[in-house]
Amino acid sequence: MSHLFGIPPQALFGQLLLGLINGSFYALLSLGLAVIFGMLNVVNMAHGALYMVGAFVAWLLLTYAGVGYWGALVLAPLAVGLIGLALERTMLRRLYKVDHLYGLLLTFGLALIVEGAFRHQYGVSGQPYPIPDALKGGTNLGFMYLPTYRGWVVVASLLVCLGTWYAIERTKLGAYLRAATENPTLVQAFGINVPVMVSLTYGFGVALAGLAGVLAAPIYQVSPLMGSNLIIVVFAVVVIGGMGSILGAIVTGLGLGLLEGLTKVFYPEASNIVVFVIMAVVLMLKPAGLFGRER
Amino acid sequence: MPDGTQTKTAMLEIADLHGFYGESHVLHGVSLEVRQGEVVTLLGRNGAGKTSTMRAIMGIMAKRTGSIRFQGTELIGMAQHRIPRLGIGYVPEERGIFSSLSVDENLTLPPVVKEGGMTVPQIYDLFPNLKGRGSTQGTRLSGGEQQMLAIARILRTGANLILLDEPTEGLAPVIIEQIGVAVRALKARGFTIVLVEQNFRFAATIADRHYVMEEGHVVDMIPNDQLHANMDKLHTYLGV
Repeated sequence: MSHLFGIPPQALFGQLLLGLINGSFYALLSLGLAVIFGMLNVVNMAHGALYMVGAFVAWLLLTYAGVGYWGALVLAPLAVGLIGLALERTMLRRLYKVDHLYGLLLTFGLALIVEGAFRHQYGVSGQPYPIPDALKGGTNLGFMYLPTYRGWVVVASLLVCLGTWYAIERTKLGAYLRAATENPTLVQAFGINVPVMVSLTYGFGVALAGLAGVLAAPIYQVSPLMGSNLIIVVFAVVVIGGMGSILGAIVTGLGLGLLEGLTKVFYPEASNIVVFVIMAVVLMLKPAGLFGRER
Repeated sequence: MPDGTQTKTAMLEIADLHGFYGESHVLHGVSLEVRQGEVVTLLGRNGAGKTSTMRAIMGIMAKRTGSIRFQGTELIGMAQHRIPRLGIGYVPEERGIFSSLSVDENLTLPPVVKEGGMTVPQIYDLFPNLKGRGSTQGTRLSGGEQQMLAIARILRTGANLILLDEPTEGLAPVIIEQIGVAVRALKARGFTIVLVEQNFRFAATIADRHYVMEEGHVVDMIPNDQLHANMDKLHTYLGV
């Protein structure tokens, strides 16, 4: 099996792995967007910027406080989540009664400000972030070489995605979340403090972005623009999966990452647009997205 | 468990309640009183303010003035999510069964706010239709079953005042019969119930007293035993 469809297997599997890694980030980020959209009806354009902030918090912790990767993996999402809580409490909250578009505009503006500020401070050339010692090296699987860190990213994001899915679909807390997404007034009339739930949901959603940022730091460089490069594709993923659908975000994120990888092997010219072509087709055939429900 | 021993105490007292949806003034000085263990109905035409009165009690209608006291505690000005925690259960007109939750999840969603709520087996005895349907999607139940579920989920919470908004709306007579049996059973257990009803005949079979509402306030109160004597008056009020 030296060639498969005229492609050396190393190239094929290499691209598939790259696709799986990208897909893991798409899944983590679109999951957060889906949770936020479901509950707050806000298209969170600041998601990419907060992902970048997550990576930067990790880098700052390492550079100025000597806190390594594992510490950052906990602290950075926490920091981003707290930033999210503050944003929701002071700004987003005022926009729930008006059209979604205002939430989109506000978060888009916030993204530009945050990215601009980091660009001003750190420039556009990325800062390197070392792979933690425990995850250095790799394994030869026979058909390909698997760098340990990349394998870890795929496994970790899958676990986080599945854990989130489980928490939302199978636990009591998730039942409150689903119910409040459908009918917040009634859930409040049962004695649940819905505004607090909404704040925490936003905080959790952006914390996922912060976590993705830390996971990404050793793979991509930590740069102020890392979020805006990624977020456009992530929005396409959310639209394809169905706005607000948890499972849709996870499955579509991974699937599109893989598909992008395959396109790079078989028709590299199309690899940058394949996601958007799929989005256009899905929107024509199933406007609510693959896993979405008509609202 | 509400024990019904203090049947003469006022449990809910509403005085000069005004309520607004944005700019529109929909409640114009509602006053009424519900004693412990009573079943009281709010009768009136569409738009008379019955549902709005319930929404004002629950704080869903946020802009309101006057006084709503539950067991002596003033509800106006209280954070909305604290009101049900005092022991008030709300069954909305649209039933509000969640489609993304199973029947079991719907049933156990409202948090227990007081001790002494009914257990799930007791609830199944009251509404046998719900038994064995736990994993069904909530909104796949029939309209009547959804109504039963909407009532059932409140009974678990230990709430001792239940606001029932048009529980018979759109249901077949045989289902209305079942709901009636359940409401009487709840009354026997000592629950205090406020019932909004268009179905006057249904109301007459279960209520102790009837408040008649018109244009956002209470215009009359008729005890159930004087209902026949007041039939003509009531026909004028309700325009039937």
